[in-house]
Amino acid sequence: MTVPSDHPILHTSHLLGIEGLSAGEITGLLDLAEHYVAFNRGADRKAAILKGRTLINLFFEASTRTQSSFELAGKRLGADVLNMSVKTSSVAKGETLIDTATTLNAMRPDILVVRHQDSGAVELLSRKLDCCVVNAGDGSHEHPTQALLDALTIRRRRGSFEGLIVAICGDVLHSRVARSNIRLLGLMGARVRLIAPRTLLPGDAERFGVEVFHDMKKGLAGADIVMMLRLQLERMAGAFVPSTREYFHFYGLDREKLAYAKPGALVMHPGPMNRGVEIDSDVADDIEVSVIQEQVEMGVAIRMAVLDALSRGLALGGRNTP
Amino acid sequence: MKKRIAFVNARLIDPATKLDAKGGVLVENGKIADIGPRLFGDADRSDPEVIDCKGLVLAPGLIDMRVFTGEPGSEHRETLESASRAAAAGGVTTMVVMPNTDPVIDEPSLVDFITRRAAATASVRVLPMAALTRGLAGETMTEIGLLKEAGAVAFTDGDRTVANARVMRRALAYASTFGALVVGHAEDPELSAGAAMNEGEFAMRLGIPAAPSMAETIAVERDIRLVELTGARYHFGQISCRASLDAIVEAKRRGLPITCGVSAYHLALNELDVGSYYTFRKVKPPLRSEADRAAMVEGVASGAIDVIVSSHDPQAADTKRLPFAQAAFGATGLETLLPAALGIHHEGRATLMRVLETLTLTPARILDIRAGTLAKGAPADLVLFDPDEPFVVDAAALRSRARNTPFEGRKFQGRARMTFVGGECVFDRAKEKR
Repeated sequence: MTVPSDHPILHTSHLLGIEGLSAGEITGLLDLAEHYVAFNRGADRKAAILKGRTLINLFFEASTRTQSSFELAGKRLGADVLNMSVKTSSVAKGETLIDTATTLNAMRPDILVVRHQDSGAVELLSRKLDCCVVNAGDGSHEHPTQALLDALTIRRRRGSFEGLIVAICGDVLHSRVARSNIRLLGLMGARVRLIAPRTLLPGDAERFGVEVFHDMKKGLAGADIVMMLRLQLERMAGAFVPSTREYFHFYGLDREKLAYAKPGALVMHPGPMNRGVEIDSDVADDIEVSVIQEQVEMGVAIRMAVLDALSRGLALGGRNTP
Repeated sequence: MKKRIAFVNARLIDPATKLDAKGGVLVENGKIADIGPRLFGDADRSDPEVIDCKGLVLAPGLIDMRVFTGEPGSEHRETLESASRAAAAGGVTTMVVMPNTDPVIDEPSLVDFITRRAAATASVRVLPMAALTRGLAGETMTEIGLLKEAGAVAFTDGDRTVANARVMRRALAYASTFGALVVGHAEDPELSAGAAMNEGEFAMRLGIPAAPSMAETIAVERDIRLVELTGARYHFGQISCRASLDAIVEAKRRGLPITCGVSAYHLALNELDVGSYYTFRKVKPPLRSEADRAAMVEGVASGAIDVIVSSHDPQAADTKRLPFAQAAFGATGLETLLPAALGIHHEGRATLMRVLETLTLTPARILDIRAGTLAKGAPADLVLFDPDEPFVVDAAALRSRARNTPFEGRKFQGRARMTFVGGECVFDRAKEKR
């Protein structure tokens, strides 16, 4: 295992989205994450890169895997990690987003990881703070570390992105995961397809530079990667699709539909899964095709790489200096 | 003793008579006593107070048909007094205020309150519109007859659409009994529920909940049919897209008593100006595509759009310093109305005469008030401005109590130098400290 060099990878002091990143920055993050994959599989999983640094996880929206993944990443790099969720904060008492953030800022964290239910909220915060801000998901806008961990999973299995056909299937309209993945995969040379009923697609979806399908079997034909999106159950019940049953019939991934994809195609899901709604357990649990657990493992490595890369800017004294 | 003021050496522009010539205006006791190209050419200048206009444009004061204030109820955002200072600095001599206050202006005594409060505090003329339905709830019509007698110039639910077609039909029919003007806001409330932006590629990329421009056009088309049914005088407070304009042009061609307005910011900005979640550009209806913006400019030039309004809607930091979807709608505009409207003149899209017509003569005609003209006997509500004067908008220097201008840092040409209401100078840029 080689120790990575400490040259700068990111040209910005925040990670707000895939938009704004270059292919070189993405490759740099993926390469660094490879190092942490190996590191995490070793016996001593404690580094000192963020020793003395403070990381705050500020989550306005419930999350299990993203928050614990960032927490673990921060701790393995030696940072002090504080988790703040909405239930325990003064946001519940009516404090505004910006007041909460400036209060936390006064406690001088080095890195703030933020998830918020509104698009643009994380960027709004980043303008008011003098620490590094990482977007852990904002509304329907971006979820950059999810796209990066998906990319790492794909690259480790397929070697490169060039010419890969990636079918993203499900609730694209509300999905920040889809938006970040569309941007990243397009930038890295993959061919992206979107598969969904019209109610779950933005009207101008083609403008992302993707192919749009409403028939899942056609959309899956020849796909190298099948990326399933979570269908938010609150969007069921006649609002966007008539029923879970109908959705699964036409857009749920089962063996039969998967057979239309390229033999050996990989199945991905950002979690948490709705079994029997967007994905059949038979497929989800098949370790021959499903890389869903691997995605979770890559998640920790990617977040370590992101925190490491951002801390390199801190060392230069660019942020959080008195 | 007669109070006389002579304006000399002016470029007089009066859309009512299509006058655009050098000349002067004589004001006596707050009214225009005489006007003419040769007036004061060689006259004795010793008697009255003389204002040398130095060749700048002297035009009727602007009439802004769409102004929201915070009085009563939200005085921290804007009072009639603070709005009137912004108006005076913008060359606006008459502002028509919306009933969307707390309490809602849906009672004759509240119309009276606005009138008295304005008379006591405001430096420009203030005309109240009253609610079309009680509490703006869209359920029961207000006392249109009594409210009109109390001084309401029109009836509107402001930035709310009356969703129920039956209620709207009855309100229109009843209003037409009194010859009352109804001002509608066209935005289908269900189609636009939860939306913060115009639906399109840009909103999709930002991940912002959005509504299609058709949400407006559907409401426009419904109300056109209801006007056809009832014969009421109807004005669309502001429209924002080509399809709505096409529908209105067709309705006018059929002779329906329909007029419409557009906000100055819809002429100057498009959806891309939302940029990175800039909440000061979150407005209602939302900023549209560039094609729709161009259609609005075209509509003003052709006469299909009757008036330009500021749609001044002051908001405080606590309602704007929020994530985009949560932030309030609205932008201030009284002080930037003239500069933003003049933009289409400077771009060569419409004549100066046409732009001024939409800001003076036409709103006066729609409201049926004696203003917006330089005719003898008319109130001496005047604006003196240099149409070419360049400046950069500085939010901190604007006079509104609220700071939510959508034009911070924008370069404009043309702004008011002096403003007169009833012959009294209510604004003189030369005497301002800033």
